[in-house]
Amino acid sequence: MKRILFMILLAPLAVWAAEGGYRIDKSPHDPRDLVSVQVGARTFVNYCQGCHGMQFMRLNRLTELGLTEAQIRDNLMFTGDKVGETMKTAMPAKESKAWFGVAPPDLSVVARSRGPDWLYTYLRTFYRDPKTVTGWNNAVYPNVAMPHALWTLQGVQSLEAVEVKDLAGHAHTQYKWSQISQGALTQVEYDALARDLVNFLVYVGEPAANDRRAIGIVVLFALGLLFIFVYLLKREFWKDVK
Amino acid sequence: MSTSRLAALWNWFDSRMPSVAEQWRIHASEYYAPKNFNFWYFFGALAGLVLVIQIISGIFLTMNYKPDAALAFGSVEYIMRDVPGGWILRYIHSTGASAFFIVVYLHMFRGMLYGSYKQPRELVWIFGVLIYLTLMGEAFFGYLLPWGQMSYWGAQVIVNLFGSVPFIGPDLALWIRGDYVVSDATLNRFFALHVIAFPLVLLGLVVAHILALHDVGSNNPDGVEIKKYKDANGHPLDGIPFHPYYTVKDMMGAVVFLAIFCSILFFVPEVGGYFLEYNNFIPADPLKTPPHIAPVWYFTPYYSILRAVPPLFNSQFPGVLAMGVATLILFFLPWLDRGAVKSIRYRGAYYKSALAIFVVVFLVLGYLGTEPTTVWGQFGFDAFFLDTKDIATWVARVCTVLYFAFFILMPWYTARDEVKPVPDRVTS
Repeated sequence: MKRILFMILLAPLAVWAAEGGYRIDKSPHDPRDLVSVQVGARTFVNYCQGCHGMQFMRLNRLTELGLTEAQIRDNLMFTGDKVGETMKTAMPAKESKAWFGVAPPDLSVVARSRGPDWLYTYLRTFYRDPKTVTGWNNAVYPNVAMPHALWTLQGVQSLEAVEVKDLAGHAHTQYKWSQISQGALTQVEYDALARDLVNFLVYVGEPAANDRRAIGIVVLFALGLLFIFVYLLKREFWKDVK
Repeated sequence: MSTSRLAALWNWFDSRMPSVAEQWRIHASEYYAPKNFNFWYFFGALAGLVLVIQIISGIFLTMNYKPDAALAFGSVEYIMRDVPGGWILRYIHSTGASAFFIVVYLHMFRGMLYGSYKQPRELVWIFGVLIYLTLMGEAFFGYLLPWGQMSYWGAQVIVNLFGSVPFIGPDLALWIRGDYVVSDATLNRFFALHVIAFPLVLLGLVVAHILALHDVGSNNPDGVEIKKYKDANGHPLDGIPFHPYYTVKDMMGAVVFLAIFCSILFFVPEVGGYFLEYNNFIPADPLKTPPHIAPVWYFTPYYSILRAVPPLFNSQFPGVLAMGVATLILFFLPWLDRGAVKSIRYRGAYYKSALAIFVVVFLVLGYLGTEPTTVWGQFGFDAFFLDTKDIATWVARVCTVLYFAFFILMPWYTARDEVKPVPDRVTS
């Protein structure tokens, strides 16, 4: 019985593992690393905000990351003119739709719908593909309308998918990456940049998350304490129940 | 204020409205409950606690939520970011929705364990099933409000089910939606139903459930009637006043429950996509159907039944009917059970195995409902009777048959069960 229950509980994992397509890497982001979140914010503003907005994220909330309003105004504010505004994109949705075929999505909660692992992999798996309109393609999001916005940093990669057969005769897809031209960053530096960017997206997805965990610990501690009292109260009252 | 002043104030109140003290006596300080309630008896009180949690957090959410197709998604994010403490309220409410069903399912299971629905508590059970059905409606309406992709398409799928009813279906679906697709009109009426109509009905039913219970008295893990043996004062020998004994005991249960509740709320509010679906963080898009639409976990056993039943003449109606009957059949439980004893402790092997199979079947159906039908792959062979080769669909079909067999065969197997002798008084 216990084993059956265990198998039922584990079943979703097996499904996830069996799903085809490019393997998703584990994102190494750390929401408590505020410097990394700050760096991610800078990358976002410099490389992403031209097309993608964060319509629910107020700029002055970034003070939570240890930045001052003056720093935010000087370094991170390109579109609005008040620090209390949200991080909208400058690109008009109507025209961007004509340019890309689809308006670039708002990224306020993208970390919550896609998950950090998917984003971390996605940001690192753009490759040259002459068959697409933009000349770019992506391993985890095939035929994505978005070109590789960070290509000057990562350089240009190509991807080759090869069908191979294992000893049992099952077909598997193997992916072979090669670097066509170098970018401004090494691979390690680029992965770190992707990690910081994901860290920022995760933070923006739920800015209260760090508070949430901190409050949670206090609440659980208080409930633990309360339990001692209600337990003793119950024991006292129930002493005479035979 | 001194005690005597307080007492004087109470006397003033009591002499003008003595029914308050009387109701307190009837329902708390002199309501005699069996002394042998065990773990399973926490969930009734906990369901009441969750109801209060949902109503209070809901009131505060309503202050900032906007029931407007253009604003709803953004207003939820506004609550999550700009409303002080808004994220706590929202997570309380979303965790509370799932907690409500967990607690209610365990509460119902308790009833099945100890035969609490049997004579003379049939009405208690019927009010309970009505609460459960109302709760399903309440949850369904509420789930549309965040206006994410799963909200939208989940509602679209469920409303379309009503569209499959013969003859009146299309008009019925149109009447529910107020539009040809799920739209702003639908959101507005679902909001109205969620925040006022259904909570009112729910509260009324809860009062009826408790009144009906207190009229006949609580069952217990032994399934014996404690009113049979009374002391000189007319109080049951095996009974203890609900207050203070069970109020303090339920407080203990409530603190443990709140600790689990808060662990979820503060550390894993999404519960891996089961309490808050990932796709619901994408705003509703009527032009983009998600590849896999799954209802929230508490509906999935019935969703599985719906998918398991093959369509007839291109109509989904048989599945819809099966799903409806699967919930409505609960009403008949008190009369389907012909067992001579109430509690599982004195039941025979038939009922024990039937209940165990039922639990496994319910869990398997629930799991399968969260996954696409391809989740377990396909049969490697072909046969004329295989209308679909998806293994999961066939497992769901077997489980659906077993689900109904549990109820339909109940008069037969409970009547033939070899029961053990029931003690006169409660044991432990």
